[in-house]
Amino acid sequence: MTSRSASLSRITAVFLKELIQMRRDRLTFAMMVAIPIMQLVLFGFAINNDPKNLPAAVIVEEQTPIVRTILNGLQSSGYYDIVEQSSDPRDSARLLADGKVAFVVSIPAGFSKELLRGNRPQILIEADASDPAASSNAIGRAEAIINQALRHDLKGPLAHLMPTPGPVEVVIHPRYNPEGITQYNIVPGLLGVIITMTMVMITSVAMTRESETGTMENLLAMPARPYEVMVGKIAPYVMVGAVQTAIVLLAAKFLFDVPFAGSIGLLLIGVVVFIIANLSLGFTFSTIAKSQMQAMQLTFFFFLPSLLLSGFMFPFRGMPDWAQRIGEVLPLTHFLRIIRGIMLKGAGFDSLKMEFLILLVFIAVVGSLAILRYKRTMD
Amino acid sequence: MTELAIDVRGLVKRFGDKVAVDGVDIQLPRGQVWGFLGPNGSGKTTTIRMICGLLTLSGGEGRCLGYDIKTEAEKIRRLTGYMTQKFSFWADLTIRENLEFVARLYQLADLKETVDITLDTLGLSDRQHQLAGALSGGWKQRLALAAVTMHKPQLLLLDEPTAGVDPQARRDFWDQIHRISSEGVTVLVSTHYMDEAERCDRIVYLAHGRLITQGPVANIIEESGLITFSAVGDGIRKFADALLLEPGVEHAAYFGSALHVSGTERLLLQAAIAKVGNSDVVWTEEKPSLEDVFIALMKRAGDDERAYQ
Repeated sequence: MTSRSASLSRITAVFLKELIQMRRDRLTFAMMVAIPIMQLVLFGFAINNDPKNLPAAVIVEEQTPIVRTILNGLQSSGYYDIVEQSSDPRDSARLLADGKVAFVVSIPAGFSKELLRGNRPQILIEADASDPAASSNAIGRAEAIINQALRHDLKGPLAHLMPTPGPVEVVIHPRYNPEGITQYNIVPGLLGVIITMTMVMITSVAMTRESETGTMENLLAMPARPYEVMVGKIAPYVMVGAVQTAIVLLAAKFLFDVPFAGSIGLLLIGVVVFIIANLSLGFTFSTIAKSQMQAMQLTFFFFLPSLLLSGFMFPFRGMPDWAQRIGEVLPLTHFLRIIRGIMLKGAGFDSLKMEFLILLVFIAVVGSLAILRYKRTMD
Repeated sequence: MTELAIDVRGLVKRFGDKVAVDGVDIQLPRGQVWGFLGPNGSGKTTTIRMICGLLTLSGGEGRCLGYDIKTEAEKIRRLTGYMTQKFSFWADLTIRENLEFVARLYQLADLKETVDITLDTLGLSDRQHQLAGALSGGWKQRLALAAVTMHKPQLLLLDEPTAGVDPQARRDFWDQIHRISSEGVTVLVSTHYMDEAERCDRIVYLAHGRLITQGPVANIIEESGLITFSAVGDGIRKFADALLLEPGVEHAAYFGSALHVSGTERLLLQAAIAKVGNSDVVWTEEKPSLEDVFIALMKRAGDDERAYQ
């Protein structure tokens, strides 16, 4: 018997054992399927990077057709939802502090008259900027919204009151996601987050569970080499990852209508490489941790920066240099570029080969570490 | 093929400051059942683990089945069956699945047939689809024995295999051990039970990490030089404590309704009995039991240990 076939049969032995144990552990198995669905619902439906319908209060000291036009414009823009109206300027501080509204729009008395005289009267928008992400889009568009609304009223003899165009016309052409739909960005990224979370968590307890139940001693006393145990143990979870991938990709297509511009084959190769990278890391954790509890803690220690620094939650290029450097080490960062690149931009292998290479290097380094850390004795 | 199944010299194992095994020499010829005895914490488990390559040595050297225990652990693993003290098979696999896993790891030919035969030999066929975790102690031990013998090892290391198992299951288990031994397998079995020790061909006795004695049961009893008197009758219940205070009394303990008093000096023993004993009680000299010898050996080793520290 050659040594290659020898090792293959031992890998199969471990693989089949893990498969049976996985099947018997219904709760874990259910969780591995439930997590993608739960996250799809939460991230897919609940999160919006372009928040709309933010509660706003208006303080108007005069009621004129122009003021009504402005208020209608704000309301119909979708960003402002006018929930309070008052004519007393002293209300503004209270409304903001209470947190009932995110904006207070104040239009002073005599506004319409000043406007018609061409004196460029002021509208004050006070914003609760404690959460910049929540208010910034609405603030940024306020001027455009108001000018747009007034366009209908300022016609004919009043046309001179409209702002004159600047010397340069800027043409903006948002590509890949022209409507700026958050889900197009989030849902593909979600696949990476789900795989990172479940794959690392499940394999991180792979060896610690054997130690805690005492079966490790038995495993060590039998002729199984570290890499055989490792490959055999992580192989069943590649299949779990495949199921999760199917769930997310189907949801992306049929539930969220995310476009798919590139090659599905290339994406699947990327998914497999990414799954193996995470499983190797989880296995390494399980050779470091002394208990299942520690393994879980290590997993979360890794999961948090993955979520925050990979570009999933916040724009990668907006982070300071040091954070970007940490982000570059995380597999999720590279997977996000692969999956967003393929699905949204139709990127081919040529433009993604660096990301693939980095993932493969990650697997080689972390996998070797796991083999080195795997204890062959009980010392 | 070398003569000795186990040949280790000066085995030392330290865990931090604690010396668990302190210069143990063991030579076991092939093809016998050896009892491995000694009080809790005497280093039996540590010694067994070093022999089968599960622990690195802090000192000493040795060969197991002709292979170096430091460098050839892989080869030793293929030829050895090691049954751990704590049940160490997979609770969420059935008996059959556990055996199939082991058979695959050892790459046994005719997997299904080998497992069938093993199940049959150990009387596990009817329960083969039960989860290992749901088995009672006796059945768990049987499964473990099946799993560690399936690859036809030349040496079997059993670490307290019958702890917590009922008498009938223990008896069955020992029948299996003798059956396996009759096939030419060397068996080293650690135990606390004296009746089990007497079922062994030979014995190795460890205390405080040191080898105290090894050899056939009869020789060990003889070499201890122990003389034992036994008494039956009313009133003996209060003698033991008083006897232990007398010079020359190494140990005094009750065995059922009898009191055993042991020591190496006949005259001192007789004097002690005369002083403490009551005339209604009849004292007779008896051949010391293995337990008498071990309790005495354990005390001597303990005294040495205290002198040594």
